[in-house]
Amino acid sequence: MAERLLEIDNLRVEYHTDDGVVTAVEDLQLHVEKGQTVGLVGETGAGKTTTALSIMRLVPAPPGRIVSGSVHFHGEDLLHKRLDEIKKIRGNKISMIFQDPMTSLNPVLTIGFQIEEAVVLHQGLDARAARARAGEMLRLVGIPPEREGDYPHEFSGGMRQRVGIAMALSCNPELLIADEPTTALDVTIQAQVLELMKRLRQQFSTSMLLITHDLGVVAEVCDQVAIMYAGTIVEYADVNTLFTNPRHPYTRGLFGSIPSLDEEVTRLNPIKGLMPDPTALPSGCKFHPRCPMAGEICKTRVPQTTNLGQGHSVHCMIYEGLVPGYEE
Amino acid sequence: MHRYILRRLFLLIPVMFGVSLVVFTIMFFTPGDPAKLMLGERAPEAEVAALRAQMGLDDPFPVQFGRFIFNAVRGDLGRSLVTRRPVFQELYARFPATLQLAAAGVLVAVVMGIPIGILSATRQYSAFDAASMGIALVGVSMPNFWQGMMMILLFSVSLGVFPSSGYGTLRHLIMPALTIGTSTAAIITRMTRSSMLEVVRQDYIRTARAKGLSERVVINRHALKNALIPIVTVIGLQFGYLLGGAVLTESIFSWPGVGRLMVDAIRQKDYPVVQGGVLLLALTFSVVNLGVDILYAYIDPRIKAQYK
Repeated sequence: MAERLLEIDNLRVEYHTDDGVVTAVEDLQLHVEKGQTVGLVGETGAGKTTTALSIMRLVPAPPGRIVSGSVHFHGEDLLHKRLDEIKKIRGNKISMIFQDPMTSLNPVLTIGFQIEEAVVLHQGLDARAARARAGEMLRLVGIPPEREGDYPHEFSGGMRQRVGIAMALSCNPELLIADEPTTALDVTIQAQVLELMKRLRQQFSTSMLLITHDLGVVAEVCDQVAIMYAGTIVEYADVNTLFTNPRHPYTRGLFGSIPSLDEEVTRLNPIKGLMPDPTALPSGCKFHPRCPMAGEICKTRVPQTTNLGQGHSVHCMIYEGLVPGYEE
Repeated sequence: MHRYILRRLFLLIPVMFGVSLVVFTIMFFTPGDPAKLMLGERAPEAEVAALRAQMGLDDPFPVQFGRFIFNAVRGDLGRSLVTRRPVFQELYARFPATLQLAAAGVLVAVVMGIPIGILSATRQYSAFDAASMGIALVGVSMPNFWQGMMMILLFSVSLGVFPSSGYGTLRHLIMPALTIGTSTAAIITRMTRSSMLEVVRQDYIRTARAKGLSERVVINRHALKNALIPIVTVIGLQFGYLLGGAVLTESIFSWPGVGRLMVDAIRQKDYPVVQGGVLLLALTFSVVNLGVDILYAYIDPRIKAQYK
């Protein structure tokens, strides 16, 4: 078995707002093995970004608070490290690509400087070497190095995201967290950026946690997939298993809502209901109000993780034998 | 950029013309006969009429205004009715004192306001934040004349550390500069705080933190430069306003600046001095504004791109 690079256990993150306490992440289990790309899939508000920010210890506090759990990176718990130790990891061993390239670059600093900054900080390069490194990174992401003196507003969205990728990879991190890196981009640019990330990830042999709500992106890029719903991982499997044999009713619902190219479809087939109000999550299994298979027990009992073998795990009472399941 | 500056300087001409027209019109229609003022209430009617004719006061409005502009362009703003000295010289003699006081006041305000504002923002809702915002509120609310008098009472009358009036040395400058500086500092502190609070919530600050940068670098390098635009705007406005003469502060500390000259001129109906003073005020204000706009370009490359 490959080495576990990142292992998240029982993570719980809350936001204390005026409307009450929002539990954004609850009892979350997730791991990333060395060299793998893990997709973290879920709807908006499922807690994907909070999970990512927790790994970096960047959850805005207040209002956010990591209540309990552990995040082991190379066997060391990041949640119990001192802040100055975390800062040596941020941008160096673990780096992050953000969702919106239009707002995640500093508008008053040149892109070259924004890349050099991390290199100077973590690798101790002098100004000249850092500039050379920044130029090299820009070339790798397909931006002419001569443009390093330009400011973010002089680039398109796709190019800015390339700058973000160059910045994130500049210190050759072991883990790259990409938080919906293509969501804010045009569809045609999305494919380019994904392709670039895939290529560079292999070139730099970086492990990746890819956050997305796009199953197409998952199929394209990921080795393993974690499906997240209302703060917890409901199903975890390798990409093949998940796409051919989804188990959790929510995962099935996600696939069921994708229209098929072969059939004549007049109405889409969505999952019924809405994401629950985060300040008043349902009791028991959080998916039960929307679940077509839900039984009485689902309203009260929290499902445990069931291991289905070959790394496929699911968080549902059907597989604990407590609720009648699907007819195969 | 250079073309932009040239164009802005060129635009000063219509601005100054407009200001001249407004000021001249107001003065023209203000009751009171300058000739009578110069000769005194009991002067014979014939003498007054002769002086009026000599001064061209009987000419129609456009002729008088034309003459004023024609002279003003050559630097001749007329003569003071009281001292009989050229207005230009009067203003020229007073302006350095005003400039010194304005610069010292703004310097005090910037040195106090920006660091306190930054600290307040980074420690939002802390005791420090509450205290500095409380003090800033007092600073904004406290009238300059009252604060000036209190300082004179304390530092001149009781302690005897600083002279209560006069001009020339650093010791003379300290109290008036502090009087102006504290109220301006309060405004700058509040602006810095709110602007920083706005900026530290931006995504690019999160990006900077995600790079592993220290909080000091994140704030000073990434946040402050983005927060500077509104701060520089406020500093520029305050500076421009002070260059027109901090009327009350100058009066209290007998500071020989433009502000006091204007107050005296208004009281004595010395209308050429008032006219000249207002023109100077408009000119300095416009030049400071231009300076602020140029500064914007150095702070924010997006603004520089618009200056083509």
